[in-house]
Amino acid sequence: MADLVLKNVEKAYGEVKVLKDINLDIKTGELIVFVGPSGCGKSTLLRMIAGLERITGGDFSIDGVRMNDVPPAQRGIAMVFQSYALYPHMTVRDNMAFALKIAKKSAAEIQAAVDKAARILQLTPYLDRLPKALSGGQRQRVAIGRSIVRDPKVYLFDEPLSNLDAALRVATRIEIAQLKEAMPNSTMVYVTHDQVEAMTLASRIVVLAGGGISQVGSPLELYERPENEFVAQFIGSPSMNLLAGEVVETGATTVVRLENGGLARTHVPTQSADKGLKVKIGVRPEDFTETDGDAIHAGEVEITEALGEVTLLYFQKTADGAQIVAKLPGIRPELRRQTVKLTANPKKVHLFANGKSLLYR
Amino acid sequence: MHPALQALFVIVVGVGGCVTYFYASNLLLDKVLFPASGPNAGRNTNRANMIRPWLFLFPALFLLSLYLAYPVFATAWLSLFAKNGDFVGLGNYTRMFGEPKFGESLANNILWLIVVPAAATAFGLLAAQLTDRIKWGNFAKSLIFMPMAISFVGASVIFKLIYDSREADLSQIGLINAVWLKFDGGVGSFLMLRLVPFLLIGCLLLAITWAGWSVLRPLLRGQGDGLLVKAARILGALVAAFLAFELGIWLYGIATNDLPFGQPQVWLQKPYWNNFFLMAVLVWIQTGFAMVILSAALRGVPEDTIEAATIDGANPFQIFFKIKVPQIMGTIIVVWTTITITVLKVFDIVLAMTNGQWETQVLANYMYDKLFRALDWGMGSASAMIIMLLVTPILIWNVVNARKEMR
Repeated sequence: MADLVLKNVEKAYGEVKVLKDINLDIKTGELIVFVGPSGCGKSTLLRMIAGLERITGGDFSIDGVRMNDVPPAQRGIAMVFQSYALYPHMTVRDNMAFALKIAKKSAAEIQAAVDKAARILQLTPYLDRLPKALSGGQRQRVAIGRSIVRDPKVYLFDEPLSNLDAALRVATRIEIAQLKEAMPNSTMVYVTHDQVEAMTLASRIVVLAGGGISQVGSPLELYERPENEFVAQFIGSPSMNLLAGEVVETGATTVVRLENGGLARTHVPTQSADKGLKVKIGVRPEDFTETDGDAIHAGEVEITEALGEVTLLYFQKTADGAQIVAKLPGIRPELRRQTVKLTANPKKVHLFANGKSLLYR
Repeated sequence: MHPALQALFVIVVGVGGCVTYFYASNLLLDKVLFPASGPNAGRNTNRANMIRPWLFLFPALFLLSLYLAYPVFATAWLSLFAKNGDFVGLGNYTRMFGEPKFGESLANNILWLIVVPAAATAFGLLAAQLTDRIKWGNFAKSLIFMPMAISFVGASVIFKLIYDSREADLSQIGLINAVWLKFDGGVGSFLMLRLVPFLLIGCLLLAITWAGWSVLRPLLRGQGDGLLVKAARILGALVAAFLAFELGIWLYGIATNDLPFGQPQVWLQKPYWNNFFLMAVLVWIQTGFAMVILSAALRGVPEDTIEAATIDGANPFQIFFKIKVPQIMGTIIVVWTTITITVLKVFDIVLAMTNGQWETQVLANYMYDKLFRALDWGMGSASAMIIMLLVTPILIWNVVNARKEMR
């Protein structure tokens, strides 16, 4: 049982505030993923939760107890580091037992906890090895095992998979998901820059940007109803296309006349006062379809990338330098150097004004 | 010619000679002996590459054999002859082992060997850790490192002044005596000369007992170590037991001694204790060396293992002893053995401060006595051989460990 509450949390190095106004409510049993571009402070925020970085403003509490000045060991947290941070001079068994030995648990208790964790993580054959005799994936499992034996209320993961190769990353990701399933009462906070990890693991994703929270929501909420242009472009790959235009018709269906001459319809509702509003529409590459009628974008395809299941079309840059990308099903390399007209289902067209989505006002 | 000019001349000729040797010999190999052209170009290149390392190593190998290897054998040979030139076999060695001064040197050397590397490494490690995170740490480090720049003789002169003694009615220029005369047997004296030393030595005694016990314990449990490890464990435990015994005697002395307050003491003429006053000089010098190396090693300990230990609940002491020290153990051993070798060769300090009088003789100074004062080449060579025999195993261990560190 552990609810984490962050209230107006901020981190400042001298005058520079790298994080400010972080408000977050994490419920027991959730797996929260922090994503964001590098340097957005996601690791710093995790380390503040861990107690490795001082919280310079606001309150952080676990289960209603203020934790700002509580030392890391007494917060009931365990952390898995990107570099594993195994103690190189200790065997796998000693690595996992270290925290319990420090806590002066009985030898039998330690033995039982370590053996149990080793069984869960399939580390039993390696218990008497030193970390240097293990592969990357095994080391990562030891690091996770070191957390499990402590039976913490909150698990913190700091980019745990980024040192693994692609195949192992997928396998370990699934192991973490299974681990979460097996421990429904533990809360997990997970930092990554990899969207796929975020989308597959998270119960909720926290997108951090520019020192603050951009949006919090379930993976599909973030994908389908991004609150702002940043989240819209950050989630999904290739990222969402943004096209500038002006609202010409309002109501349940909004019509936007685009600067490139195209016309877009969207089911984002607008009021009559919005007529003439400068907006940007957003269309995900996978939502584009070919058309003969009114086009959102029409242009010559410069490059095609056939991936088998889909083909990516990269259009010639528009006047304002934007690169429009479309993802069409099937194998379509013949479209290179062709002029293609694209439209999209009005349900899938997003509408932003001043960087904010018009869905949320 | 002016000596400075001479030195400059030697430097130019020496460095120039080296450069010329390497350049010219390389040229000879590549252009004349095995030119990388013509029908055998490939084979010639391979051959040249096989010869090149030997070519470049030749000056070092030649000079080392001339000035190191040959003298070793010559000394071994010389040690078999008496002062008058008669061949006496191992007679010099038997005579030497019979001499009380040699026994004294050996015992003192062993004492030096135990105390100085341990103290210098411990102080160095302490200084490295304490100066690690503070703003003026680098300044403190340079202060601690500075004695490294002083020659042993210079340091001995400084410490001789510190230990200096005058008549009671004159003002003392020696620091120790000046402080000593401030004590009058009152409460302050009890505190500073009995209670505090008693507690410090008591802690040290406990620490050494504990260390000795933890070295021995795996053996008693029947842990399957190699024979060498077992022998090392027994040796370590014996050393610890000896030290604990010595410290126990110290404790008794601190508690019961009748101290001659108000009388200046001639520190360097107090047998047994004067050894420690001499060792202080070397510890003072070597602490800087240990600190610099260990400080670099401590910086190399991955920060995240320390953070992981913090989260695991370790306090700063546990982090230091269970996370940091084990990770730099290799470096600690290299520092320890390096200082050990310096200690085995210790000569200048003893020569400059007591010249081996008042039971402070050490092997190197004993050798100097025999060689250059008694002009007994046989005995001198024999004692030199003993020193070499003592240094060699430690040197080998040092090299092995240093290589392990580099990997």
